[in-house]
Amino acid sequence: MDFSFFITQTISGLTMATLLFLVASGLTLIFGVGNVFNFAHGSFYMVGAYFGYQLVSIWELNFWVALILAGVGAGVVGMLAESLFLRRIYGRVNEGGFQILLTYCFILIIDDLVKLVWGTEYKSLPRPKGFSGALNFGDIYLPSYNLVIIAVGLIVVVASWWILTRTRPGKIARAAAVDREMVDTLGVNVPLTMTLVFGIATALGGMAGALAAPLRTVTPGAGVEVIIDSLIVVVLGGMGNFWGAWLGALLIGEVNAFAVAFLPKWASLFSFLVMVIVLIFKPEGLFSPRQVRKV
Amino acid sequence: MKSGPKFSAAVLWTLMILGFALVPVLMRSSYQLNLASHVLVWGLFAVAFNMLWGVTGMLSFGQALYYGLGAYFVGLMVEYLGSAWYLPAIGIGMLAVAATSFLLGLLVIRVGGVYFTMLTLAFGQLAWQITFKWYDFTGGDDGIQGIAAPGFLQNPIAYYYFLLVLVMLSIWILKRMAYSPFGLMLRCVRQNPERVRFLGRRVRRNQLRVYMVSSLFAALAGSLMAGIDNSIHTDMFFWTTSGEVILMSVLGGLNQFFGPFVGAAAIIIIEDIVGAWTEYWSLIIGSIIMSMVILFPKGLVGELHQLKLRMMPPKARRSE
Repeated sequence: MDFSFFITQTISGLTMATLLFLVASGLTLIFGVGNVFNFAHGSFYMVGAYFGYQLVSIWELNFWVALILAGVGAGVVGMLAESLFLRRIYGRVNEGGFQILLTYCFILIIDDLVKLVWGTEYKSLPRPKGFSGALNFGDIYLPSYNLVIIAVGLIVVVASWWILTRTRPGKIARAAAVDREMVDTLGVNVPLTMTLVFGIATALGGMAGALAAPLRTVTPGAGVEVIIDSLIVVVLGGMGNFWGAWLGALLIGEVNAFAVAFLPKWASLFSFLVMVIVLIFKPEGLFSPRQVRKV
Repeated sequence: MKSGPKFSAAVLWTLMILGFALVPVLMRSSYQLNLASHVLVWGLFAVAFNMLWGVTGMLSFGQALYYGLGAYFVGLMVEYLGSAWYLPAIGIGMLAVAATSFLLGLLVIRVGGVYFTMLTLAFGQLAWQITFKWYDFTGGDDGIQGIAAPGFLQNPIAYYYFLLVLVMLSIWILKRMAYSPFGLMLRCVRQNPERVRFLGRRVRRNQLRVYMVSSLFAALAGSLMAGIDNSIHTDMFFWTTSGEVILMSVLGGLNQFFGPFVGAAAIIIIEDIVGAWTEYWSLIIGSIIMSMVILFPKGLVGELHQLKLRMMPPKARRSE
């Protein structure tokens, strides 16, 4: 294994890790703040990818504008889903099960709606202008679009951290995660906060979908593949833990990149393997979780 | 005494068995026999699943793993060793599933709630990927076709009665189990695990037991399915199979023993009707289940039961 190969695979792993993190951070945010498990999070990723396709390939918009709009679009769909349906089952006995079920219904419905609108064929998105080539450093070959994804990911990580810890809305969201009733008593509109958090999280997922679209094909089944990987990431990192999701995504991304290089056929099994090993030793994930051993 | 709960239960069983036993006599095409077989197998799968979720409160999203294992044990053994191995394969498959569910169970019951759901989902998908990619052995995406049952079971009607006996026997065993002291303990585990520990009972051991029981009967359902369509495919391992069983349980009613069975019948019939005029059946099913979850969380059987209670005079209501 020479150095240039190592660098190439590391960058490819980082790209995957960034996309995973964008989805997983939304998942973990919704769980951390609202204690809602959004099983349909991958579907918002898929919706974002299709919005990106519609805006760039059909309406021929600028890629970067489309990226933002795709995220906003997915976020609006997310807020509608939360405020129209999900909100009605909060506080019910056995809520966790019903949450999974309701969001599972979202998957079924969104999958079919996407098929209705865009058909079942594979769609693809061109890379943005100026980022279709690769950078060469000696014999190291780095696709420039992958570097763009990593850069966008870094910006989102820093921005999310800043919003969550340094701004008033972020503080309200974190306070609502700890004690919903108390925050409510202090005059904050908690249901609205939940809807907004849901919207931001699904917007992150949708943006990841549009960002990934030039690398992967856009298909109706894309959401499910993503949700399983993001789940592994979130379980690894400790559910509801922002930095845990980041570390989990890094781990899974790199493991995948190197597994693809050495054992291409069985590569997809390695993320499961990592998860099993971590769970045997730390069932609550690598970082402090929220109430893992409830039952 | 005549209208006691025992009497009405006996009437219910007789009606159910008689109804299914009469299908081959009354049917107008072999398609209806096929539909009834599907209802029986999915019904067993759903009832076994509900022991886990409805009774014990453990929502597994990976029971397809055991369903698929049961089916593939039969499929692979018939494919490689001949159809004489059909019946032994059902037993061997169940033994293998008992061992697998014991080992995996030790791992997955360490976490609760959403984590349990997601871990089981991950293991189910792991099994699906292995089956999907191990083309040389499992046939990958092509699945296995032409799985023939041995001897007289090749006759579809004979196979149907074989199925009926096994499914009814299994459901009876599960029902006995659900209302035994063990079943009571499982309910306690769902409602208040803390108190179960205080009473000196083991929560995890009971969870592991019911996980194994549920997996065992899921495997039986899978292996019986192999003989109905004479083929198996990787979709039996796919997460949508686990999802379907969850939908069936909710539609029928979680807190009713026969709820999931009724739900299975309802979903299979809805799929059949909806599938005939549109390919977008998951949109329809999704919308139906979504309205059930929001408006009628007790499910078909549960809401009917509620209605019956409301019709009763107050005195009778108390004894229910």
